[in-house]
Amino acid sequence: MKAEQQYIDLFTQCEALVCRKSAEVLNAPRAKAFADFERLGFPTRKDEKYRYTDVDKYFAPDYGLNLNRLEFPVNPYEVFKCDVPNMSTSLYFVVNDSFDKHVHPSAKLPEGVLFGSLKDIAAEHPELVRKYYGKLADTSKDAVTALNTMFAQDGVLMYVPKNTVVERPVQLVNILRADVNFMVNRRILIVLEEGAQARLLVCDHAMDEVNFLSTQVVEVFAGENSVFDLYELEETHNSTVRFNNLYVKQEANSNVLLNGITLHNGTTRNTVEVQLSGRGAEVSLCGMAIADKNEQVDNHTFIDHQVPDCTSNELFKYVLDGQAVGAFAGKVLVREGAQHTSSRQTNRNLCATREARMYTQPQLEIYADDVKCSHGATVGQLDEDALFYMQQRGISLKEARLLLMFAFVNEVVDHIRMDALKDRLHLLVEKRFRGELSKCRGCAICK
Amino acid sequence: MQIEPNKYVKELTQEKYKYGFTTDIHTDIIEKGLNEDVVRLISSRKGEPDWLLEFRLKAFRHWQTMDMPEWAHLNIPDIDYQAISYYADPTAKKKDGPKSVDDIDPELLKTFDKLGIPLEERLALSGMAVDAVMDSVSVKTTFKETLMEKGIIFCSISEAVREHPDLVRKYLGSVVGYRDNFFAALNSAVFSDGSFVYIPKGVRCPMELSTYFRINAANTGQFERTLIVADDDSYVSYLEGCTAPMRDENQLHAAIVEIVVLDRAEVKYSTVQNWYPGDAEGKGGVYNFVTKRGNCKGEGSKLSWTQVETGSAITWKYPSCILSGDNSTAEFYSVAVTNNFQQADTGTKMIHLGKNTRSTIVSKGISAGRSQNSYRGLVRVAEKADNARNYSQCDSLLLGSLCGAHTFPYMDVHNETAVVEHEATTSKISEDQIFYCNQRGISTEDAVGLIVNGYAKEVLNKLPMEFAVEAQKLLSVSLEGSVG
Repeated sequence: MKAEQQYIDLFTQCEALVCRKSAEVLNAPRAKAFADFERLGFPTRKDEKYRYTDVDKYFAPDYGLNLNRLEFPVNPYEVFKCDVPNMSTSLYFVVNDSFDKHVHPSAKLPEGVLFGSLKDIAAEHPELVRKYYGKLADTSKDAVTALNTMFAQDGVLMYVPKNTVVERPVQLVNILRADVNFMVNRRILIVLEEGAQARLLVCDHAMDEVNFLSTQVVEVFAGENSVFDLYELEETHNSTVRFNNLYVKQEANSNVLLNGITLHNGTTRNTVEVQLSGRGAEVSLCGMAIADKNEQVDNHTFIDHQVPDCTSNELFKYVLDGQAVGAFAGKVLVREGAQHTSSRQTNRNLCATREARMYTQPQLEIYADDVKCSHGATVGQLDEDALFYMQQRGISLKEARLLLMFAFVNEVVDHIRMDALKDRLHLLVEKRFRGELSKCRGCAICK
Repeated sequence: MQIEPNKYVKELTQEKYKYGFTTDIHTDIIEKGLNEDVVRLISSRKGEPDWLLEFRLKAFRHWQTMDMPEWAHLNIPDIDYQAISYYADPTAKKKDGPKSVDDIDPELLKTFDKLGIPLEERLALSGMAVDAVMDSVSVKTTFKETLMEKGIIFCSISEAVREHPDLVRKYLGSVVGYRDNFFAALNSAVFSDGSFVYIPKGVRCPMELSTYFRINAANTGQFERTLIVADDDSYVSYLEGCTAPMRDENQLHAAIVEIVVLDRAEVKYSTVQNWYPGDAEGKGGVYNFVTKRGNCKGEGSKLSWTQVETGSAITWKYPSCILSGDNSTAEFYSVAVTNNFQQADTGTKMIHLGKNTRSTIVSKGISAGRSQNSYRGLVRVAEKADNARNYSQCDSLLLGSLCGAHTFPYMDVHNETAVVEHEATTSKISEDQIFYCNQRGISTEDAVGLIVNGYAKEVLNKLPMEFAVEAQKLLSVSLEGSVG
């Protein structure tokens, strides 16, 4: 039996249940998503887009799904103390794919800002959600997005009204919690109206030593002159599989920073598609992966310069140890007439062992002449001369290697526009290299 | 920025495609269509041994199971493989083929003279031996005897099959198997003439070897096959040139070039590709779908590809290197120019298998008019290829706002000691550069020519003298009317 069949059967049997436990707006696109999924099937490695990740293999095993929306007896605030020190954030939790109802008293947001369960807000403000939900995540092009749209019952909505500035960063912690092999389908919808500003930090954690498979579809609408930062930090374990499809649409003069950091994982596939559809829009897309053992990190990015005068900066760095596999495919499309585009893409990779593998595929597709576009990719090792220089100065080889690796990925951390988070990440990265992760201090979850 | 066309360039382009004439000569063309009988017919016309016929038939049967690949960044109209004639022989008058220059039809001689390729040795450029191929047959190979004194075999592949069957049998299909790809299978089934070169151990070939390909007959395809074997410690520099008449129909050219480089040998392969590119409206032109691959089999061997691609309506080729010998080196230098409605999807593959192997890729794309120009390349470092080193640089220059320039590099690294670098930039000629030249009394049109030539210089420098001059001229002609 093909892997997709079990999902087709499940949906056919449980469609009514899925819909009953969700909101009407979320139910609307399910039928089309189902048709698309049946037509597409899971992509194979012959698909250029999924050359480096065998989707079938990850979806084939039997996972439990919480279609009945049973609540987990967990109060995350009591067990989770992993928040970034010295940083005051408004903290929220998603347990598997349900938004946690316990709201922390410290979480205060400016008036008019909505942050909460996608399902609940979709019931309260159906007009608002209908306007945006599923508008970027095209189910006819990607089977994982289609699958997510079929099954997603809840998730998070963030809405920042016109000219509102959310000063305090918002932190969202996704906790994976289950006693059996488990699948979650999460959905995040972010809307920033004209002139709005916000920062969101999303952390992924897994609490139990079972196999997790999570699909997450994130849609970001950045209105004119809006500023938005999205940081994603993954610290799970070796038996999690994560498929994250992030779709961004930017209007004129908006500024978006996307930074995806994979510190600990099993298999991760991040797909990022950014549409620059208003003049003067700017996007910085950064990513970093530190992987060892059998970890696998596959980042697939696509930046679409649709109009003139837009800027994109892309920086991805990988450190691969053990038998880790890294893949990076970045495509930049400059459409006809998108003059004065400036686009830079850099991908640098360190392979530390013979078994580690790196695949990189930077691509430029340009149909306009007055543009400045460049890309660069390297795969290599630490500089022997630098190591020697440091050893001469009494630094042990091991320490010298650590320092250089640390400096190597630091460039990505430096793109973060939140000082406290930057400091915290410096620490986390160092700990990761020293092999002390993923044990956050004082955290009961990570054991 | 409106630039008056360069006078010199204008003169040249008003003749448009200089090589677009046809030769009126009796050509024996077999019936259109492709089936096993056609394959057998080609083989029998060439008087081939059974093993080669078997090879062709195997390839043909395999080809029938394949579909035309669609992954390239090209827009290829459907090709009707039954509407093409697969064998055209312009030397058919003479029964046994020409013995000396005197036996060759004077029309043919005139044609090659007109193309600047004199076939009479006393007239020829010194230091260059030529194998002239028209349609499916090699017309004449010059300096064959002189080369033979050194033990160098330089002849058409049909002749090599007759005279040196062991060598041909040993190496034919050893680098590009008939199952390799759609066009390789097609070529293996119906290939006609091409050149065969064998450089014996320790011999440095004293002159440039070159093959000139000419398509003349209408509604035919050219399926040449070239095989170069450089034995231990030898050296050869090989050039390839090609032209075709101007026609409204598209003509298919699907060649295979195989190169085997043994211990410490060095092969330099240069191409100036100038097939008819079609007219300014994109009508006609040659489809150039070629499989070129070399195997640096020997220890310390070296292979260098240099190509200047200015012609063809569609160019689709990736001259590649398999670096299987330890300490072997490969280079790829390319300038690809597309104008009007031309399309190109070209680049290279460097497969590092041996230890301490090195490869360099320098690719310069220039697109103008409404053309699409893509670089596609693969650098693969296998598990056992310790200390592999690759450097790739792909630059694109855009002249005009309706053209496209694309880069699709792939890097697969399976060994931690490898160092692989890729860099690419896309830009247009900046106004600052033009202004700088203007300040120094250089007119805008000259400045553009200067900048384009300077941009491509890194590659042109790698060409042998005679070709470099021609290539430089070609560059300016191909780009005429596109600057501004």
